[in-house]
Amino acid sequence: MIALLIALPLVMAGLAALVPWGKVRPWLLPAAGVGHLALTIRVLLRPGGLWQTRWLDLDPPGKLMLLILSVLFLLCSFYSVGYLRYRSDVSNRVFCVCLLLFLAATSLVVTANHLGLMWVAMEATTLTAGPLIYFNRTVRSLEATWKYLLICSVGIALALLGSLFMAYSAVGSGLHSTLLFDDLLREAPLLSKPWLRAAFVLLLIGYGTKMGLAPMHTWKPDAYGEAPGIVGALLAGGLTNCAFLALLRVHHICRAAGETAYTGRLLIFIGLLSMALAAVFMVGQRDFKRMLAYSSVEHMGILAIGLGVGGLGILGALFHMINNGLGKGVLFLSAGNIHRAFESKSVDEVRGAMRRLPLSGTLFLFGFFAIAGSPPFGPFVSEFTILTGTFLAHRFFVAGGFLLLLLIVFLGMGRTVLSVVQGRPSPAARRTSYRDGILTGTPIVISLGLLLLLGLHVPGPLTAMLNNAAHYLEVRP
Amino acid sequence: MGSLFDALLIGVILLNLFALGTSRIRALIHAAAAQGVVLGILSQMVHEHVAVRTLLVAGATILLKGMLLPKMLLKALRDAQIKREVEPLIGFMPSILLGAVGTAAAIALADRLPLAPGQAHTLIVPAAFSTLFTGFILLTTRIKAITQVIGYLLLENGVFVFGLLLFEAMPLLVELGVLLDLFVAVFVASIILHHINREFDSLDTRRLSALKE
Repeated sequence: MIALLIALPLVMAGLAALVPWGKVRPWLLPAAGVGHLALTIRVLLRPGGLWQTRWLDLDPPGKLMLLILSVLFLLCSFYSVGYLRYRSDVSNRVFCVCLLLFLAATSLVVTANHLGLMWVAMEATTLTAGPLIYFNRTVRSLEATWKYLLICSVGIALALLGSLFMAYSAVGSGLHSTLLFDDLLREAPLLSKPWLRAAFVLLLIGYGTKMGLAPMHTWKPDAYGEAPGIVGALLAGGLTNCAFLALLRVHHICRAAGETAYTGRLLIFIGLLSMALAAVFMVGQRDFKRMLAYSSVEHMGILAIGLGVGGLGILGALFHMINNGLGKGVLFLSAGNIHRAFESKSVDEVRGAMRRLPLSGTLFLFGFFAIAGSPPFGPFVSEFTILTGTFLAHRFFVAGGFLLLLLIVFLGMGRTVLSVVQGRPSPAARRTSYRDGILTGTPIVISLGLLLLLGLHVPGPLTAMLNNAAHYLEVRP
Repeated sequence: MGSLFDALLIGVILLNLFALGTSRIRALIHAAAAQGVVLGILSQMVHEHVAVRTLLVAGATILLKGMLLPKMLLKALRDAQIKREVEPLIGFMPSILLGAVGTAAAIALADRLPLAPGQAHTLIVPAAFSTLFTGFILLTTRIKAITQVIGYLLLENGVFVFGLLLFEAMPLLVELGVLLDLFVAVFVASIILHHINREFDSLDTRRLSALKE
């Protein structure tokens, strides 16, 4: 059954390439999204079934990520129909095909149970995202695409070297490893330690580049700033989370090998660095889409810290993965609407978004409150869990830095967001015909509703999935 | 593994130094292509027996790294109608020196790494690190977008050389997947190169500087 999760978007991509009508083609995206979510639910409820192979298997964190990815893609797919209707001036063939290929590649990352296969899928996500960033065909988007491709390809090449190092840590100690994750986990205590440590550093740099951890984050503001909002949502909410999942799996092997002290230190350091760098660039940021990119850098830092402190921190990081996915959906999609309604993304020109776009402006504001960790939204709970985990691990300086940086980011981001949504549009602002629509509004409302729900009450099945995943990552197999 | 094997690895290292010293983009592409062919031969030689599986990987490597990718890059170069000079940020002589120092460091490093018995004396690890290092120098000190792609290609070659240590462990599917990804990467890059050239009338990456804080 799992193979269908990858096959379905691939087939739809083929279909999208063949369909000659630009007005019909975008509807293939929601069709694929609905099918993918149905398959996801089927796989989560009843694992096994047709075409079972050891190469594709879902570990508990993978199940969680698959659900996030599927829901996010479905929401974005309906939005994209509305968006592409508005952008009927350019051909959407490449865009639709690449979105579907992107879904296939990310699904493969999540379901891959093999170190090498996961790498192949991760590189495929880089390549399918390139044309998506270049959708607007402007000089600036060209530059962003080039930087994205180059930096991420180099990063991912280092991740391949890291994967080979990890494989060598098994082969070099005379093990006949298959490089399947469950085999590696079982053999973890026997792996050669120096090679494993070197592998972790390379994989942290490699997959950290895809996550956008500082100082490998430089592609992020450019790519998110120039790409359409929907691409930003899928990259920040889906792809970076997938890269985090890859890092989570690698870290799990190191943990099983008893290297937690070493890997934890590295993760906490790079996490705090990411938060600090994001905070510096967010204060006084004039471009609200670039600001969202730095917010993404910050949240990847939070995830790395949660993973680094371990214990309750891991549970918090897993929960934060869901919140980050949905929160980035709200912010990027509403920011995309505001960008189109004002034909600018500079704070100097965009004012009074709540007057011109009552729905998107309000959603943008609430999305900011949610992602910055205000109650009663989900991120508050997950960030609080990570903070508690940090205290329980007796990392008081880390906890202090974490809180301080969250506060700085809140203030810096708040200033930009408030100046965008409040006031009235300045007379100099360009008049445009773009207004809120059902297709470009409803998905954001649903995302925000889910974030609110997660903050008030986490549904029973999801709690079970979270606890399973945390338990799986905590306990040695 | 015999002396021919090591001789070929030395060939890989010499091609690295040549790549750092050449001033013509065309020669640089040819160096990368020659390296690709050598890698294909090496990937067959690490196995004691000739099998369909090993021949497939070797053949695919030679076809892709030795012919297809260089052809795509040469086409991109022809279409771009640019000056065929490499245009480095640091001179060719310092580049070669840097490469030589890097190679020496790689040999010293390989001696200290805990390699499996029986693999301790091959030149695989020094050649791998030397190629990786060369890739990084090309990526960072050459200003044309096309030379950056070649740098990336050499980086991948370096990883491939290291992979020779574990040909037993990597399944065929993954090997072919890696090659497929590389193909698509260069394909996408050459499309973007085409657009960069159309927009800017040059492949100078210094023009790509509109986006910054």
